[in-house]
Parts: sequence; structure tokens; C-alpha cells
Amino acid sequence: MNIQTVFKLRNTPAVLAAGLLLGLLATNSARAAVQVFACEPEWAALAVEVGGEGVEVISATNALQDPHYIQARPSLIAGVRKADLLVCSGSGLEDGWLPLLLRKGNNPKLQPGQPGNLVAGQYVNRLEIPAVLDRAQGDMHAQGNPHIQTDPRNITLVARVLAERLQQIDPANAEAYGARLAAFEEKWRAAIAGWEERAAPLRGKRVVLHHRSWVYMDNWLGLEEAATLESKPGLPPSAAHLNELLQQLQAAPAALIIRTPYNDPQPSEWLTQQTGIANVALPFTIGGTSDATDLYTLFDTTIRLLLDKTGAANGQ
Amino acid sequence: MNRAIFWPGALPAVLLATLPVHAQTDQDLDAIRAELTALKAQYETRIQLLEQRLSAAEQQLADEQQAPATEAGANYAAAPAPGPATLPASVPVPAPANSYASAGNEFNPAMGIILNGAYRAYEHNPEDYAIPGFPLGGETGLPDRGFSIGESEFVFTANVDDWFFSRVTAAIEQEDGDFNTSIEEAFLDTLSLPANTTLRLGRFYSSVGYLNDKHVHSWDFADQALPYSAFMGTQYGDDGIQLRWLAPTDLYVELGAELFRGASYPAAGDAHNGRGTQTVFGKIGGDVGISNSWTAGLSWFNADARDRDSGDEDDPLAFDGTTEILIADLVWKWAPNGNIRDRSLVFQTEYLWRNENGDYLLPTPDTPVPIDADTSGWYAQLIYQWQPGWRAGVRVDGLSLDDPGPQFTGSQLEALGDDPLRYTLMFDYSHSEFSRIRLQFERDDTGLQNNNQLTLQYIMSLGAHGAHEF
Repeated sequence: MNIQTVFKLRNTPAVLAAGLLLGLLATNSARAAVQVFACEPEWAALAVEVGGEGVEVISATNALQDPHYIQARPSLIAGVRKADLLVCSGSGLEDGWLPLLLRKGNNPKLQPGQPGNLVAGQYVNRLEIPAVLDRAQGDMHAQGNPHIQTDPRNITLVARVLAERLQQIDPANAEAYGARLAAFEEKWRAAIAGWEERAAPLRGKRVVLHHRSWVYMDNWLGLEEAATLESKPGLPPSAAHLNELLQQLQAAPAALIIRTPYNDPQPSEWLTQQTGIANVALPFTIGGTSDATDLYTLFDTTIRLLLDKTGAANGQ
Repeated sequence: MNRAIFWPGALPAVLLATLPVHAQTDQDLDAIRAELTALKAQYETRIQLLEQRLSAAEQQLADEQQAPATEAGANYAAAPAPGPATLPASVPVPAPANSYASAGNEFNPAMGIILNGAYRAYEHNPEDYAIPGFPLGGETGLPDRGFSIGESEFVFTANVDDWFFSRVTAAIEQEDGDFNTSIEEAFLDTLSLPANTTLRLGRFYSSVGYLNDKHVHSWDFADQALPYSAFMGTQYGDDGIQLRWLAPTDLYVELGAELFRGASYPAAGDAHNGRGTQTVFGKIGGDVGISNSWTAGLSWFNADARDRDSGDEDDPLAFDGTTEILIADLVWKWAPNGNIRDRSLVFQTEYLWRNENGDYLLPTPDTPVPIDADTSGWYAQLIYQWQPGWRAGVRVDGLSLDDPGPQFTGSQLEALGDDPLRYTLMFDYSHSEFSRIRLQFERDDTGLQNNNQLTLQYIMSLGAHGAHEF
């Protein structure tokens, strides 16, 4: 290869700039009123419920991705750049990647303290705020358990803040957001009542969790946590810990082993073989199972799976 | 509330100003006074009611936060339970109401410590290490044999205010038994510039290429790829200014330019009144489906050297002139469903072209000898993670140069034998996100004799959560 010719391009910077500008012109497109960047699919779905046609929503993660382990990918930087509103769970869930995205996204509207920065966890009562912070206890979250979306009452609290923020960012449509929120709240309240009624037989059932992803749901439905497959939060289940669990569960059985769609199914399936206790991958968020397509079907599916798999539906 | 307090005071003034003069009889005045008193009383009652509602809401909030916890495991303190199904009004609920005594340290920056130590074994003495044809910058040779704490870092980050973010990285390096502390990075980024731009000021690693601004602890191998070692003095960091702009496109398109003092290799001597190095770079990237993502970049780097010594103290081989480098980089990452936790495959490659144009001061005959030489370097690597925590990687890197001419025979610039080439194999295990242990084998054919190298390395991350860079 003749390096000489490549190298004598003294106007390399100009060539670079011209090429990139061409690319820019080719992909630019029209925008809806409010661009929402949701860190997790449940907040994307909620933004659609409250924002309706006034918002265009993208989700940084899907239900098959562990939201702790996301990289600040180029596509996410581009997503942050164009967003007017960011909705994330917070409580440390996105600590590895969101601060980096906010610095690389060059978007002042989303910086902490701005109306465009909505951290959902700040508006609900968080569980499991640790008294002692030590990573020997695993990947701890100083601000409590971040998986707040498994309790639908938390969704209501976040919906209200979301509507307020949309009204601040897009005052022209403030009334529409208010009306949509009121309609959502009414429908959601009725849905919660329905789920609570159906889930009544679950109260007091003992469940084993893969990761502590379900503590808000357990608290809501009165499920009792018998153990977790992870010996410490964030560490993959080890053979030694699973054997301990096996003995523990043989002494005091549980009704169900629960994991998220992104958790490795092997440990829970092994325990099922050994103990006969059923295991299930609950949807966890929108898209976690094929029928969990929006917030309503998310909880419908969750309750149905819990009832089916524990046998509580048949009065056991 | 402000309005309610304001009104009683404003009303008399307004009323008095609008009253006709003939109405100012005693009875009228009494009537007005009575009316005013009534108004005042009415507003005071309203204010009291509002204050009562406010304190009731605060009490309710406090009660909820002190509500008994669920039986959520012994490690956790009593934490608040969620509110009842009928929810309180949308009061912005703050984070747990801890009250701090003012001690002046509430706003300490986020602090992280990276321990990066190693045990290294080489077949041949690392002090004899040289790449024929490539005089290396200072500190670019092989690290010492045996145990060392290598390059450990202290990282401090914080938002300065709503305009600026800042990061300081101090590194401890071991060299010939001595420990040196150096400021690797100390920069500020703007947070609120318009038009998707960010300005960076201070000391920082240039954003050219892919590997140049990656910190040692985030490298996939225990040492830097050859072209960066040979051309950039491992990685180019200097005092300067950077402007980055994100194009308003759905595709990630970033354009940037930098101006540096020109004090570190391959620049030297703070040329052009301390603006000795200029760079321009462009990066694009995106996703393909949900399982693949990629980035590619093209960078131009121009450094002026004034009396630049190579790292070899016995034979400094001073250079006066310009070093121009063009870098093309490509990174492709695959993970099933984009879930990098469980499994992933990463392919990464870069090509660097370099032109050195100037004069080398050869020891004999001790006169500047003009040079206009082209060299190039490249690497390609593949990292596979087959289950959480476990990775294996392979890398091949090499350099190539044209013979600069007979006038350089006998100097470090003389090309000897085949082009330098190196093969590296590594395995690492991360017990958690915060620890990593690595074993690396290397067959290094860059020198005059083949050198087999073994490295056992640990990387520990304490304190602030590390960033998941792409």
C-alpha cells in the first residue's frame, strides 16, 4: 500500500467534516412534540399512557437485558441527545451507564435538577434502604431497592410526576396531559382493585427469588420471601449456595421460584428438579413475556402466572 | 400562598386611592374600617387553614416514612412501606429525610480508587527492550519484572455547579523502584452549552482513535496495543481544550477538535506558543437489531516536536519536526438480546498511519539528518465472554515501516529484519463488577529476539461505581 498518497492529504480535517455533514443531512427527520428517553420499558409505556400522541418514546433497555449491565452505546448517546425528558428508575440501577450517557449526550435539558430529568425512585417509598453500606454484601443500592415498578401503586405515583413534567416541558398541551392522567388514574385504580382481588389467595405464600427484583410486588401482594438464589445481590448463584438452599427448602418448602426474563434459568430449574417446587419467569417489565404488551397486561400476566404456578388458582 | 398574604396589605391602599373625596365622612370611614377588618380576618382564617393542611401533609409524610418495614432480610434497616392503595396527593417525596449536621463535607466529590497490580515474568531482560526502527517515547518500554502495584489510580468526580462537571485522576506509578504520583487528568466539561456541544478544558487524554482515551484499568489486555505504544507514547494526554458536537441525527454522529499544549510524546517543546498539537476526529455508531452494536471513527492528529528526546537515556535521538497520524477504528459488539451480562463477543481493530517529517539529531556525526518517513501500525482483537464474569481474548498487533535510508544505518531508526509482530492471549475472571483477575501470555516478536511474557494482573475498583463505557 502506498502510504505516501494517503498521508499527503493535508486537508484531512476538511474531508472528515464534509463526510460527516453529508451523513447528518441524510438522516435528519421530523420530531413529535416531546421526545422521551426511558431507561426501562415500563417508563416508556407509562409515558405513552400519560403523554399519548404528544410524545415520542424510546426505551434504552428491553425486557431481556439486565438494566444494571448496560453500556453507554452510541445509539443511546444519540437517544439522550435528542430527548426532552428522561424517565429512569434511579436508586443506583443505572449508575454504571446513565451518568456517562448524560455527559456524552451534550443535552442540558436532561441534567439533574432540570424538569427533563425524572428519577422515578425519588417519588415512591423505597424498600430495603441498607443500614450498612459494604460491597462485601454484594452490589448494594444505597438508596434502596430500585425495582419499584413491580408494585402498581408506585406506577400511579410516578404517573403524577410524569404528567407534571410533561406539562412543564410542553405547556401548550398541559390540559391534555392533565386529562390523560385523570383518565389513566381512574382506570388504573380499578385495575389495581381487580388484581388485588384476584391475588388474594397468594397472601402468605412463600417464594424464592433469583435476584431481589420482586420485593415491591411481594410487599404489595403479601408474598413471603423465603430466600434468594443469589447469595449476594449481583453475584451469579453458586453451586454451594444452591445446595444450602436445597436443604433449607427441604426443611421449609416454598410455593414458587421467581426470576426475571434476563436471569439465567438454569439455577431455578435445577432447584425445581431437586425439590419439585415450580419455577417461573415473570415478565418483570413490558415485553418480558409475549403477552405483557402494556402496563395492564404486564400485571395481568404477572398475577395469572403467580396464581397458575403456585396452584393458588385452584384453591390449594 | 404568597398572593394570600399580599392581598390584605394591598387592599387598603387600593381602596383609599380610589375613594371619592366627598365620601370621607366618619361613618363612611368606619364602614370601610369594618370592611377591612372583616377582610383581614377572612384572609387570616384562610391562611391558618392552609397552614394546617400543610402541616398535616408533612405529618402524614413523616408517618409514612417511619412506617414499619416488611421482613425484608436482616441486612436491611427498617425501611418505609409503600403507601395505601388510595394514594396521597402528588407531593414531591424527597429521598429519605436524613438530617445532616453541617460539616463542610456533604458535597465531597465521588471518589474511586483503582488498584491495578501485576506479577510479570519475561524471558529476556525488559531493560534491553527496543523495537528496531521505532524510537519509543519515555515510559513506553516494558514494565519491570516481578511484583508491582503497577498503575493505581485515584479518581475524583463531581458536578461543580449546573454549568460544569469535573474529574481529576491521580496515578501512582512505579519506575525503577521509585513511586511517582502524577496528575493524569484534571479537566472540566461544560454541562449546559447549547446546540449539543460540550467544551472540555484542562488535562485529558485525546479522544482520537478508540483506545487513546481508555484508562489502563479498562483495557482488555494487561498492556497497550503496539501502534499506540509506538506512536502515541502509550496514550496521548496533554493540557488543552476540546470541543465536541453531536449531530442532530438519529444515528450517533460526533465531531470533535482539540488543541493541546504539545508537551507530551509524540509532541514536545510546547511548539507554536503552547499550541503544539491539533486534532480532529469524527465518530459514528449505532445498533443492528437488538443484539449488535458498533462504532467507527476516523481521526487526524498533528503534533509538533521541538527537540524531542526518545525514552532511551543513553541514546536520546532528538527529533525536530512534525508527527502526523491518521487513525481508523472499528468496534463491533454482539450479545444475545443485547444482554451483556451473560454472553458477549467483541471485535475491535484500529489502523494508524504515521508520517514523521523533520530532522533527527544523530549521535554521529552529531548533525541533524532530515527524514520524511512513513510508518504504520495496527491491531485486531477478539474478546469472548461465555458466562457471567468469564472472558477470554486474543490479540494480534504489528508495526511496519519503510527503510528511512542509509543515513540512518546504525541508529534506532534502522529497520532490522521482519516487521514487529506480537500475539497475545488473555483470560480474566470478574467475581463482581468491581474486581477482575487476569492471566496473560504474550509472544513478542517486536524486538531483536523473541520474548515470551507472562502477566498475572488484578484490577480492583473501590468506591464510586465505574462507568460502563462502550
